[in-house]
Amino acid sequence: MADSAQLQTQITAQLDQWLETEFTFLKVEAVAAQLAALPALQRDFALDWIRRIAATHITLAWQFAQRAADLLARMETELIVAWATHACDTYDRAGLQAALTVIHEVEQFDRIRYAHQSGVFFDDLAPVLSSFLRGLSGRALKLGKSDASWTDSESVYLPTITARFADRSDNFALAKCQVVLRWAETRFGSLRPDLVTLFADYPDPAHAAQQFHALERLRLSARLSNEFPGLGRDLQRLRQQSGSLLTPVWSDWARQLVQPEARVETSLALLPAAYAHPVLSDDPFMGELRPQAVAAIKAARRDRDKARLRVALAQLASELKPQRTRSPNQATFQAEVHEEGPHLDLQLTLDGIPIAPPAEVRQLALSVHLDFGDIPPEYLVAAGDGEYDTRQLGEQGDPSSVWQGTYHEAGATLFPEWDHARQLYRKNWCVMREAPVKQGDPAFVTQTLVRHAPLVAQLRKTFAAMQSVDRRLKRQSEGDEVDLDALIEALADIHDGREMTDRLMVRRERADRDIAVAFLVDMSGSTRGWINEAEREALVLLCESLEKLGDRYAIYGFTSLTRKRCEIFPIKRFDEVYDTTIQARIAGIEAQEYTRMGFAIRHMTAELTKVAARTRIMINLSDGKPDDYFDGYRGPYGIEDTRMALIEARRAGVHAFCITIDREARDYLPRLYGPARYVILDDVRQLPRKTADTYRKLTT
Amino acid sequence: MSDLLIHSEPYYEAVGDEIAIFEAAWKNALPVLVKGPTGCGKTRFMEYMAWRLKRPLITVSCHDDLTAADLVGRYLVKGGETVWVDGPLTRAVRSGALCYLDEIVEARKDTMVVIHPLADDRRSLPMEKLGAVLHAPAEFGLAISYNPGYQSVLKDLKQSTRQRFVALEFDYPDATLERRIVARESGLDDATAERLVRFAQLTRNLKGNGLDEGASTRLLVHAGKLMASGITPVTACQSAIAQALTDEPDMLVAVQELASSLF
Repeated sequence: MADSAQLQTQITAQLDQWLETEFTFLKVEAVAAQLAALPALQRDFALDWIRRIAATHITLAWQFAQRAADLLARMETELIVAWATHACDTYDRAGLQAALTVIHEVEQFDRIRYAHQSGVFFDDLAPVLSSFLRGLSGRALKLGKSDASWTDSESVYLPTITARFADRSDNFALAKCQVVLRWAETRFGSLRPDLVTLFADYPDPAHAAQQFHALERLRLSARLSNEFPGLGRDLQRLRQQSGSLLTPVWSDWARQLVQPEARVETSLALLPAAYAHPVLSDDPFMGELRPQAVAAIKAARRDRDKARLRVALAQLASELKPQRTRSPNQATFQAEVHEEGPHLDLQLTLDGIPIAPPAEVRQLALSVHLDFGDIPPEYLVAAGDGEYDTRQLGEQGDPSSVWQGTYHEAGATLFPEWDHARQLYRKNWCVMREAPVKQGDPAFVTQTLVRHAPLVAQLRKTFAAMQSVDRRLKRQSEGDEVDLDALIEALADIHDGREMTDRLMVRRERADRDIAVAFLVDMSGSTRGWINEAEREALVLLCESLEKLGDRYAIYGFTSLTRKRCEIFPIKRFDEVYDTTIQARIAGIEAQEYTRMGFAIRHMTAELTKVAARTRIMINLSDGKPDDYFDGYRGPYGIEDTRMALIEARRAGVHAFCITIDREARDYLPRLYGPARYVILDDVRQLPRKTADTYRKLTT
Repeated sequence: MSDLLIHSEPYYEAVGDEIAIFEAAWKNALPVLVKGPTGCGKTRFMEYMAWRLKRPLITVSCHDDLTAADLVGRYLVKGGETVWVDGPLTRAVRSGALCYLDEIVEARKDTMVVIHPLADDRRSLPMEKLGAVLHAPAEFGLAISYNPGYQSVLKDLKQSTRQRFVALEFDYPDATLERRIVARESGLDDATAERLVRFAQLTRNLKGNGLDEGASTRLLVHAGKLMASGITPVTACQSAIAQALTDEPDMLVAVQELASSLF
């Protein structure tokens, strides 16, 4: 018993620490007693997760701790992990209230998952099904998460979890069927009529919508079974499994709706009769119809599609008939959409001559066709000069306006971040934007070159010597030329009666330096002054050297102010030429905010993998530890995220290296980059010389 | 050379007037650039033209170690003597054959030096090592192929090269024609061939959204042949098409789901 008491005290102490009871005044003794009573394995599991969740939010961890012992007795640990992870994700996405709801609704989570343990989560489905959805013809639809399966005619939504059946693969098939049915609603005209007005004629529009949707479901499943027999089998199998049966009157309607000539009008004609009947219950595929949402999206799209199509056609006309640029709207376009099963094909003619429509025109014309059932002639009139303000056609506004007013994430790239306490990624955590660098005074470059003249000369010489040189391989059995030395020896051998070698050729072998390197420059506030200047000088010398060498290189700066404001500054992209613009950008590098490294490394890894090169290198110029304002990106959290980002880089085949002037870096750099992958400079003034030098050593 | 003559008519379905254009170009001693995505029938078209024009066909698949010497020829040492051996391009010029350099952008840049004089009105092949210049007879025809789908800047054809050629653009045939080709080449019935073509269209919708290329006609023929030999359609699509298109696990599943929905 003494052991048990001791254990309980020990657990209480741990909980006190993690849940900061000194400030939160939580009474952990009862929970500690519960946990102490658990078998060791379960206890460790629970404590581990309490600690990990406490790293996210103490209240969440406390709620979790209170339920842990009870749940462990009846739930599988796998399930608890899913639930806890889901709660943490919800906290990241929607805040404490939503996360607490998840914790409180464990019973529901439990029921859904525990009933079959085979539910499929949206996040697991999304990568596969969004590609699947893209493959289907027509408008390019996005896949999104919502509370039910429905579509607004531009996105198809699925619920967070699909768990109707006892078998995982059935649940996947169900999600797939729902996606295809929602796609079919956009493809085969269910959303074409003005549904809001139509349903408004009924006393209960919601019921009318439901009945119409059910009729359409019957029509579309028949249509789909015809076009996609494999899917048809899935539909039938799942419907039988779910035990959903059609009442006689519904079967009667179904017979009309499965006819190949059935259209949305057929369903509309049956609607008054169907309205008088109760809803068709328990249909697994049904999902929901939300006419208002569809109407809103459609209204916005119609004018936009028209404007964009007309502008695209005007551009096409001026490309094909340059002499008409003055009045492109005289060009006569005609478009016909051919349907081959589910596939839509656009045939476009300009003044009677068939032309291959560019992807954008095709996509827009098909979108219009889906809305109207044909392409109205006024949509095919190429836009005249200045008829539309092209800036309003794009969906993105000025990216910097994002920071004004309410925050939104349009046009940004989202990156995950590794939370070491949670031992999980925080999904879509960092919001990154590319921002232009302010151009500085190019005179800085000339000054630097003058100041470091001897060094520049030396670097140029060294780097020129590293250039790829063709080697002549002598005494080869195959080659372009005869190796005279070898031949003379061989002839002498023959005269001596010895056997002659056949290695008589010279082959030229090109030693390709197939290297792409990205420099990632710390632009955090701490680099202000000396360091910033040294960084800029280092970059100038580096560019001079690399220009001599001919390796492909890019330079990016980065800074951050919380996860919502991560910025990357392209100073020189891979495809840009080193010229006065680049020089001005280097001169204009300024110290900014903080150093959130993870997103920058992840972004550079992505950029590097786009470059075709045998060797990919990323060199990080920095002055200190990863660190960001306010949201906990410092200490172990920042280091571990950076480390994870570097591991991801290595996995992607990028060699990472760090040059730093932080003298304390020896404490953490080996953990980040490995034992031999960094250089620590004692003196900032060494930076210009050492940067080029390090690069030379790295690549020879 | 006679072994390079094509005696039986290769199966080829004309998409447009490419046959007439090629013939006219050949008669006027103009070289031809064949553009198009992989597996759309470029090589088959060349075989067909060689048969039609009754010329031998010499095909060189270019790779990144292919040098000018590989095309023109080189000295070899045999029994104490150096012997000149013609490369494929030289053989084609000497015998008035059609020379088809497949995926020319893959080759080393120095190959362009020997192609340029051959591709304009000089029609000559300088053979540096022999100190001689070979003049092409009227029957000689030069064709190169090029896939503009490659995004890499390193694999682009220079203007000075491309402006010497008459260009023929190939794309996947339209659905009806493609169905006929697949049915004919694989021995499938029309209905199954049509499903295969439809599947190809679904994968082509994914081009640029996770796939670099959609399924080519060649892949369809491969899948069709497997199916004609009794492999189930879904497995055939998986092995012959999905796995050939991508290694990315999610994409594989997505393509696979498209196949199992269709069949």
